[in-house]
Amino acid sequence: MATLVIAEHDNKTLKDATAKVVTAAGQVGGPVHILVAGQGCDAVAQAASKIAGVEKVLVADDALYAKMVAETMETLILSLADKYDAILAPATTNGKNYMPRVAAKLDVPQVSEILSVVSSDTFVRPIYAGNALATVQAPAGKKVITVRTTTFKPAGEGGSAAIEKVSAAADPGLSKFVGEELSKSERPELTSAKIIISGGRGMQSGENFHMLDAIADKLHAAVGASRAAVDAGFVPNDYQVGQTGKVVAPDLYIAVGISGAIQHLAGMKDSKVIAAINKDEEAPIFQVADYGLVADLFKAIPEMNEELTKLGYK
Amino acid sequence: MKVLVPVKRVIDYNVKVRVKPDQTGVDLANVKMSMNPFDEISVEEAVRLKEKGKATEVIAVSIGPQQASETLRTALAMGADRGILVKTDGEVEPLAVAKILKAICDAEQPTLVITGKQAIDDDSNQTGQMLAALLGWPQGTFAHKLELGDGSAQIEREIDGGLQTVEVKLPAVMTVDLRLNEPRYASLPNIMKAKKKPIDEKSPSDYGVDVTPRLKTLKVTEPEKRKAGVKVKTVAELLDKLKNEAGVI
Ligand SMILES: Cc1cc2nc3c(=O)[nH]c(=O)nc-3n(C[C@H](O)[C@H](O)[C@H](O)COP(=O)(O)OP(=O)(O)OC[C@H]3O[C@@H](n4cnc5c(N)ncnc54)[C@H](O)[C@@H]3O)c2cc1C
Ligand SMILES: Nc1ncnc2c1ncn2[C@@H]1O[C@H](COP(=O)(O)O)[C@@H](O)[C@H]1O
Repeated sequence: MATLVIAEHDNKTLKDATAKVVTAAGQVGGPVHILVAGQGCDAVAQAASKIAGVEKVLVADDALYAKMVAETMETLILSLADKYDAILAPATTNGKNYMPRVAAKLDVPQVSEILSVVSSDTFVRPIYAGNALATVQAPAGKKVITVRTTTFKPAGEGGSAAIEKVSAAADPGLSKFVGEELSKSERPELTSAKIIISGGRGMQSGENFHMLDAIADKLHAAVGASRAAVDAGFVPNDYQVGQTGKVVAPDLYIAVGISGAIQHLAGMKDSKVIAAINKDEEAPIFQVADYGLVADLFKAIPEMNEELTKLGYK
Repeated sequence: MKVLVPVKRVIDYNVKVRVKPDQTGVDLANVKMSMNPFDEISVEEAVRLKEKGKATEVIAVSIGPQQASETLRTALAMGADRGILVKTDGEVEPLAVAKILKAICDAEQPTLVITGKQAIDDDSNQTGQMLAALLGWPQGTFAHKLELGDGSAQIEREIDGGLQTVEVKLPAVMTVDLRLNEPRYASLPNIMKAKKKPIDEKSPSDYGVDVTPRLKTLKVTEPEKRKAGVKVKTVAELLDKLKNEAGVI
């Protein structure tokens, strides 16, 4: 049988999380199919069909799926589940929302946020904020899996999968989308940025985060934050990096005024290179930083901005 | 209306876990245990609903060993009315927890179940969603704000791109995120009062649920440790290293 990947998208563009889940799906086994559930999502289906290794793209184009509301995603995925051995979705707030419903209805345990595929039924996943890694074997039967996308390389392009329409499933009529307030930013998304500069409580205010914005613009970086900075209202919730926020693994992570609590480290310690700026030389962040600068950020950050200009970064 | 709040006893969030040398799990002997931090937020929200006159009764449930009764006492001290302890030793997976909670919902008929978004030990982020599916109820996960209406609720959710609001019919399951509220500390008089509140003791078999884990844990290992790097003296040195040594800018 085959493996089904649920696409992550916003009806216009396919998120690169999907190509990463395709890589995991290929390792789980069987021909890989992608389900694009959305509304007016032709471009997304086209993009999905070009991912290498994908055999078929199923498209459920209906108002019910415009916002991938969990209850409607559940009935849609269940209507297709018979044909699949394994169903995978990225561990995004979408995947985390609908996948456990699917697992419960199929009466199988969900394997959350896998980091690697050992074999078609055995996976490694983080527990205790990533301070331990569990190798777990799923029982016979269907596998329902969410994937931590930072640890899988995206599948390449060059595929030419057939695109097939599937009909909408029954509307459970339990819930409806009311509205959303999305952070607008010209910068790359946190989970796909090559460079991230994050601020913590040490930033002291939302205003001061603009100092990080200036550097982010020069380095084409995304801006992140610790929970303390989000709780204090300096930046919106979707900036949070950590055990219970976003997990990131950029080439470079710059932590500014962040102490390095285990919950924060859980979200960034797989970054290739970590730099930290903190005035407290004892701060735990220095235990994971490749480059540590003990300094007052209010001096160091403006200086960094100037130095970057001198080096020709615009 | 009744509100049901499942609370899990987990390792305290300040404790750094140690993996056992035989790779069978993490060492929980003599380690400080507490209520899952997200569940404190759930209890707080439920108690506030009661204080606002919207909820009539708040029932806390914990599935775990005898000591989970302490977690229930904490919930009672924060203002929950009574507790249900479903006693079982050993790990219980989210699916089994959800099945037990479903049976309790069938018996208690709550209008709202409030769970944490994730337990900080297994980091599964599943239980509330599974419960909602088993009950055939809607869900509002990662809740940032709750507005309870008549027969429905509007729940603002923390999502990857920002915030999203959904409207769910009641009864429903809500899972809470960090910014929904700030949980209170129980006062001494309330801790005393909590000692007199009832806790009903049950077992999974009372609900006909088999809690044998379905996922087999083959081993638990320590992640690769990062080596501490070097300290640099100036911003210029830092940028030089990032550019010429690490090649990342
Ligand atoms: C259930 C739960 C989930 C959590 N999830 C997350 C999560 O996902 N992500 C997360 O980040 N946290 C999370 N936390 C919170 C975590 O435990 C820490 O409280 C938080 O990470 C601390 O943020 P911080 O480092 O910005 O603040 P602090 O710990 O207060 O550190 C501030 C740092 O700034 C430095 N500083 C201050 N002023 C200056 C200056 N002028 N120049 C230079 N340095 C300065 C200080 O030396 C200090 O090291 C969670 C906690 C719980 C209980
Ligand atoms: N053993 C348990 N007893 C009570 N509640 C639980 C238990 N396990 C999970 N929960 C609830 O489900 C939430 C999510 O847990 P999880 O799906 O394991 O991440 C927790 O925050 C609790 O509200």
